[in-house]
Amino acid sequence: MAKGMLNVPARAARGAVIEIKSMILHPMETGYRRTQLGAAIPRDIIRRVVCTYNGTEVFRADLHPAIAANPYLVFPTVATESGTIAITWTGDNGFSVTESAAIAVE
Amino acid sequence: MAAAALGLAGAALAADAPAPDRRSGYEFMSRETRAMQDDETANPGLLWVREGEGLWRVKVGAAGAACADCHGEARTSMKGVAARYPAFDAAHGGPITIEQRINQCRVERQKAPALAYESAELLALTAYVARQSRGLPIDVGADPRLARALETGRALYHRRQGQLDLACAQCHDQYWGRKLAGNTIPQGHPTGYPVYRLEWQHLGSLQRRLRNCLTGIRAEAFPYGSPELVQLELFLMWRARGMPVEAPGVRP
Repeated sequence: MAKGMLNVPARAARGAVIEIKSMILHPMETGYRRTQLGAAIPRDIIRRVVCTYNGTEVFRADLHPAIAANPYLVFPTVATESGTIAITWTGDNGFSVTESAAIAVE
Repeated sequence: MAAAALGLAGAALAADAPAPDRRSGYEFMSRETRAMQDDETANPGLLWVREGEGLWRVKVGAAGAACADCHGEARTSMKGVAARYPAFDAAHGGPITIEQRINQCRVERQKAPALAYESAELLALTAYVARQSRGLPIDVGADPRLARALETGRALYHRRQGQLDLACAQCHDQYWGRKLAGNTIPQGHPTGYPVYRLEWQHLGSLQRRLRNCLTGIRAEAFPYGSPELVQLELFLMWRARGMPVEAPGVRP
């Protein structure tokens, strides 16, 4: 049930600033809540989001318990060359999802 | 008191023809929330639609059949389907919701256990099916066999209930556009279900929303799949007939 969404423009001019949009299905359980019977609900969050462009890291974010479920992150980068933009979400309980998209730069 | 009673009777009669100023909950939302619903890359409901697209092709149950094995491409076979639910089901002898229809298919055709209400799988499949009707007009309640259920649903909508002694109609017919705490009261047209509600941080069905409202007026919420909720859903969809489906909608 864990899939991410990564949206990258399919083509861009060299040197242009492009927008990368990402979203993923995740409960982002804070670890501070309790059930109706008082038992603590363990923390289950995404800890880190890393975006690479042809293997080079272009964006990284550390997420914390105050971030809402299904985190939606949008960030810019510069279109340098054709290739692959990949994003990886890692978190508690061994959570790790990677999505990638191709970009053509001319 | 007499004026209130007259007002209710007037609303019941007026509901027979679609009110001229019907508005989707979309129009009461902030610009930002509307933009979130409209942008396919930002609408969180699409996360469930994508899950549903995957589930559509997964073979399940003793029959070893996927939805796609009978229904083919949902893009064509499911187009407009969600806009027609709740619909009359002969086996059931009354209206069933789109969720019940999906479960009926699972149990009888796929020979798989029914999915629980609000489970990730059922929401995903419902969202995927409903997505195929986006932009199409709601077409519910024309079937004469639904007349009785529709009347019961209408009566429920106008019936005061709960410790606050409120009827749905009081807020959604008489006071829409005004504020309830910080929120604008919408007209209660279920155009975007299943809906991603920011308050829930999750996708949810119309029945979840109705149960929310019932709890809000301190009434005992009808259980999921109960005849009352289905009748209410039927009445609300009929009341919204002709309005375009927005599924998956985003609501505050």
